Parts: sequence; structure tokens; C-alpha cells
Amino acid sequence: MIDFLKRFSRNRGGLIGLIILLTVILLAVFAPLIYPDSPWKMVQRPFLPPFTVDGFPLGTDTLGRDVAAGLVHGARVSLIVGLVSTLVALLIGVPLGAFAGFYGGLVDDGAMRFTEFFQTIPNFALAIVLVAIMEPTLPTITLAIAIVSWPPVARLVRAEVLSLRRREFVDAARLAGLSNTRILFGHILPNAMSPIIVMASLMVATAILLESSLSFLGLGDPNIMSWGYMIGAARTVIRSAWWLSFIPGVAILLTVLALNLIGEGLNDALNPRLARKGR
Amino acid sequence: MKPVLSIRDLAISLPPGADRAFAVQNVSFDLNQGEILCVVGESGSGKSMTANALMGLLPDQVEVARGEAEFEGRDIMALPDAERRKLRGDRIGMIFQEPMTALNPLMRIGDQIAEVFEAHNRHTPAERREKALALIGEVGLPDPEKIIRAYPFQLSGGQRQRAMIAMALALDPAILIADEPTTALDVTTQAQILDLIKTIQQRHGMAVMFITHDFGVVAEIADRVIVMRYGEIVEQGSATEVLQSPQHDYTKALLRAIPTDHVPTPEPVIAQPVLEVRDLRKTFVTSGGFFKPKRSVTAIDGVSFTIARGEVLGIVGESGSGKSTVGRAIVRLVEADSGEVILDGQDMNALNADQLRRARRRVQMIFQDPYASLNPRKKILHALSEGPIVQGVPREKAHARARELLEIVELDAGAADRYPHEFSGGQRQRIGIARALAMDPDLIIADEAVSALDVSIQAQVLTLLRDLQERLHLSLMFITHDMRVAAQLCDRVAVMQHGKLVEIGPVQDVFLSPKAEYTRNLLAAVPGTDWRKGAA
Repeated sequence: MIDFLKRFSRNRGGLIGLIILLTVILLAVFAPLIYPDSPWKMVQRPFLPPFTVDGFPLGTDTLGRDVAAGLVHGARVSLIVGLVSTLVALLIGVPLGAFAGFYGGLVDDGAMRFTEFFQTIPNFALAIVLVAIMEPTLPTITLAIAIVSWPPVARLVRAEVLSLRRREFVDAARLAGLSNTRILFGHILPNAMSPIIVMASLMVATAILLESSLSFLGLGDPNIMSWGYMIGAARTVIRSAWWLSFIPGVAILLTVLALNLIGEGLNDALNPRLARKGR
Repeated sequence: MKPVLSIRDLAISLPPGADRAFAVQNVSFDLNQGEILCVVGESGSGKSMTANALMGLLPDQVEVARGEAEFEGRDIMALPDAERRKLRGDRIGMIFQEPMTALNPLMRIGDQIAEVFEAHNRHTPAERREKALALIGEVGLPDPEKIIRAYPFQLSGGQRQRAMIAMALALDPAILIADEPTTALDVTTQAQILDLIKTIQQRHGMAVMFITHDFGVVAEIADRVIVMRYGEIVEQGSATEVLQSPQHDYTKALLRAIPTDHVPTPEPVIAQPVLEVRDLRKTFVTSGGFFKPKRSVTAIDGVSFTIARGEVLGIVGESGSGKSTVGRAIVRLVEADSGEVILDGQDMNALNADQLRRARRRVQMIFQDPYASLNPRKKILHALSEGPIVQGVPREKAHARARELLEIVELDAGAADRYPHEFSGGQRQRIGIARALAMDPDLIIADEAVSALDVSIQAQVLTLLRDLQERLHLSLMFITHDMRVAAQLCDRVAVMQHGKLVEIGPVQDVFLSPKAEYTRNLLAAVPGTDWRKGAA
């Protein structure tokens, strides 16, 4: 573990990503303390540019709502949707891929055809359809994102399990009289953790982008302030008040970038032999 | 004799954090015209690094720290990259251990040979093809017209190595470096390749630097020998000197560690069988797709034998003979198509999944690859006690037993709380033996259990196995490709070929008066046979 932290901290990109992400998490956690009022509340004259009026460092939007408050509250939504949907996707994808890879044959065929069924539909289109069918609330949006993002997990886990199950330590476990489930969950999956963790960190980033895109199109939860909604609402005034789209856009960019940097750092730290040379 | 290559005070530095500062240091030797110089050493001795340094093929961060290598009037270590590239393949040829990975899988053999000429701007394309054909003929590949159009996967291991040799010979180099060229091959193929290298060396008058870990090979081929340990030369001299009267203690230890053909006389086995295998059969079928036909390979073809309680039965054969499949079919890691595996009156093949899980305890296995056979994420204690705990042994007792077993296999009891990566290959193999013993089995199957180890470690593990076998009165089925190892440990030996048992009998009968033609060929192919006969 200490070894792992040492290797991770050697990767400068990963550290920068971690710092940005921690800042976003802190903002999200303390949002109700920093801006106790609802971010929907109109507090000043509309279209205030940033840094012009004290107390509104990022200005106000088309209806006079505080952009900074929206940004901080939006961070909560982005992070929650990102983390929860990734978790749900892992809960679907990991067992499915594990069983497919471990049992092979008909189980594998069945599970993979099912996975391909989801992969053939463009995932953003599927997410839109799912949200449109269900009511656009935070849980349904999260679920929709999870449903479109689990197939790659299943395929990754399957490939890992396929190669691990031929290792001799699995034969040894079998000879010890261990049951199949115990071999799969006790011996094989722990060895497949590294790629899963790396993939999960990147999936959080994708989920945040998906949520923002949905909100941008007006398919977000109408009661919740999110970064995507802010950009969507400001797009009509982009020529007169560009900062209204720009600021939440930068927030999305930084968060997604941070997650990608962390993912790459984790990859290098967890697979030291695959790490690119020259570092 | 005039030296073609003389190396003076070579030192190769390793990156910081490696287990020693220099991969190789204080290495000086001459390679004379028309001689075969064997560089012998165990893994990590720096023998391959020396060769790679000569070729300019050192991995990143590993550098030549000092020293020179004079070849044709120039110090090749000091040459710029472009100059060295001209030397490679032209004046110095190299062949590698693993011919499958050393050849480009997507290129025809003829093209790969022709590419050597192309890289050095020799000849026209038509001439290149002519030369390639001639080379393929010279290295003894059958039907050159066909081979020139073949892809590497269409050739056998020995044929691929011949193709590699043809590539190395293409420009008639002054020096041929061969890095363990026969290690991945079966004994009979190995004997042929050694023969080929020797004839070609004589015909071309090349100097050959032959890297190996096997003193048997040295005895077959070497004119002079260099013994390396921890990156330094410990002994050098003519082959006869080093083999007959070694000076350095390490050389003596290495020579002692070689399994000998000296066949012990085991007591005749009278006890009743613990295992009886009757007419075991297994055919692997790969299901065809739309475009490919079904393929079937008969791995076990009606094999029957018994193992008595307290007996060691060796199963010997070359790769593809089905010997490992027999072992795996007995423990049902592979399901046999038909036949009976009777263990103390109980037919293992007739058990259902649940009964089988409980009966697993009775036959255990020691695996070949010490690096793959332990779960890297579990502590040793867990590896040794998980099986017994699943079988119903109380946790405390299983843990105590695990620590006890570590001492039995001559490891420290503190090893229990460490992870597999903290151990060397030999130590891991001891852990594998302890794991098999932990289940208190009726029969242990050792599948190439010492094949991946260095000779000196191999000797230690073999001694341990023999010791344990005598002390605990174990029944052991010992699967190996190495006749010499089988001779050391086994009471009876079974020889397999193409899935069939061609000969089975007490070890001295099989070794001293083999009945089957195939057994005789196998025995004759073991490298260094004459030398050991002379020594015995």
C-alpha cells in the first residue's frame, strides 16, 4: 500500500489531478455552508460580469442568480451522478463479465450477446431515450447513465478473468476443493482489481460529461442546478455574456481532466511494468 | 590461435535499485577463430547481458560502464550506433532462445532471410531468393521451395530454430552468438540442433559464443568454457579441463548438482497400488467455425498403469506426448473421455462435482511455474491453510500445520506472513510442495516441478522431494521431460509418446536396457551422455 502511494506520487499529472479533484469534492461537500441559499434564488441584477460587484465573484446569470452558488451546488450533482452511476455500472458489469469469463461456453455466449446488444446502440442516444421514458429526476438520470456505461466494464472483466483462470494458482485452488464462486471471488477477481479501478476512474469522468450533456439538452432534473443546465440556459446569450457558458464549461473541463489524470496515474502505479518508459 | 574478439575488463551497470550495481564486471576473455566457446552460468549470472552488450541490444537504463571489445581492429563498444548496426547480422550473427518469438509471425521465412541481405544492401531481389534457398538447404530444412513460402507457425520448434540459424548465417559472419538456442527444444531436437551448429561452425570456420546453463550441452559442443556467477567469471579453461578437473568451488558445485545417469537400485515395489489408471483416453476437439474444419488431437490414447503406495513413478516424454494431460486428467482438471482412475478402490472419474470437491484432498499437484502457481495477492499462510480450512480443519489447527510445513520444506516459519513476490523461484517451489502436503494427500503429482529452476536449485528441490518421500512415505507421480531428473528420483519410469505408453518398468531396466526404440532414441539424445559415461 505504501509502495503504491509512493509510485502514485511519483506521477506529477496524477498528483495535480488529485489536488483538483479534492478541491471540487471539498466545494461540493461544503456547498450548503458556503452558499446556504438556494442557487435558484435571484439575488442581483442579471448579466453582472465577473469581478464587478463585491459578493458575486463570478457574476450573475440571465435571471440574476449567483453563478458562483450555481457552480458550487452543481459540483455536488456532477460528483454524485458520476460516482453513483459508475458504482451501479460496476455492479452490473463486474459480475456479468466475471461469470462470462469464468464459465465460458453458453454462459459466455449469452452474456456477451446481451452486452453487444447494449453496445450497438449509441450510448448517448440510449441515455436520452431512457431519461425521456422515465421522469427526469436525479436517480433516473444516474440509472440511465449507469445502464449505458456498463458494457465496457463487462468486456474488460471478462478478458481479465479469461486470462487469469488459466493460471496455475487457480488450478491449485481447485485442487484444494474450493467452490467455483470462492475461486472466482476469492482468487480471480482480486487479481483483476487494478484494471477495474483504472477504468472506474475514467468512467466517472465520462458519466459527468453525459450528465452535463443531458442537462444541456434540458433533460436534467429541473429542480437541481447542474453545470450542464447552466451552459444550456446561457447558450442563447453566448455572444453578449460568454462567461455564463464559459465558467461552468471550465468546471467540467477541469473535473474531467482531473479524473483522467488520476486514472492515468493509477494505471502507471498499479501496472508498473506497463508504465511508459522514460519517467 | 588468433582471437577474433577480445573483451577486456567489461562492466555493465544496472539502474539504481537493482539487486547489484553491475550486471557484469571484470569480464575479460578472448574468442578464438574457429572455436566454440561456452559461457555457462545460472540465471542472473550475466551471461546473456554480456552477449547483448556485444550486439548493442542492452535494455534501457542498462549501460556498458567500462571495458572494450576489440573486433577486427576496432573497439565495438565505442562505435557509433550506425556502425554497430552495420556489424549486426553482417559480421556478428545471433540466434535466440525462443525461435517462435524471435521470428516475425506475419512474414514468410524466405522474406525474413532475404531481409537480412536487404538490410545490408546486398544482391538483387532474385539473388536474395537464390541465397535464401541455399541457406535453407544448408541448415537441413526439408523441401526449401516450400519452406521459403512458409510462415513461422507452420514450422515445428526445431525447424524454426534452423530458420533462425539460416538468418544468422546469411552474411557469413565471423562470430555467431547463440543465446540458449536449444533450451526451449525437446531433447531429440536439441541433439539435432547442436549437431547442426557444430557442423556449420566447422564448415564456415566461425567463432561461436554459445550461452547455456546446461553442462550436458557444454560437454557436447564446447572447445572452451567460461563459468560465470553474479556477473563475474569464476573459471575458464578448455572443456576437458573444466569438466574433468574443475578448480573453482562454484564449478564443482554446479557439476555435482547435475542429475546423473547413475541409476539407484530401488527396492522392488510390492505394496498394493494406491492409484490404478485403466485405459484412460482424452481427445481434444477444437470446434470448427464457418470456415475452419474441426480439429482433434489425441492427447491420451489408452493409458493404463498403477502406482504403489510409497512409490515414485516417473512419466517421461517430450512436449506433446500427453504426459501432463495424464496428470491433469487424474486430478480431473481435464475431464477424460473414458477410462477409470481408481484411487483406493474409488473411481475418481465417476464422482459428481460435489463428491469430487470433497475427494480433491486425496490427490494434490505441484506445478511447473513457481511464479504462476501462487496467488500474488494472498499471503503464504493463506495459500497453505485455505484448502484444509475448506475441507473442515479448524482454522487454528490449519495455521499451526502451515507453519510446521514451512519448516518441513526448510523455509523459515516467518515466511507465512509474507507475499509470494518476496520469494525466489526455488523457495516458491518449496511453498508449492508445502501446499500439496498441507492437504495430507494419498498421491502427489509433480508436473515438471523442477524444470523451471536453475541446476543448483533444482538439485536442492530434488533432494528435498526425495527426503520427504522417504520420511513421509509419499506416493509420487513425477512428470518430467528430463531423463536425468527422472533417473534420480523415480522407482519406476513410464515413457510416453503421442499419447501412448511405449514403455514402463523399473528405472534401471528402462535406462540400462530399454526395450522400445523411442526410449533408446530419447536416452541417446540426452546431451553429454558420453562425457558422463566416461566420468562414471
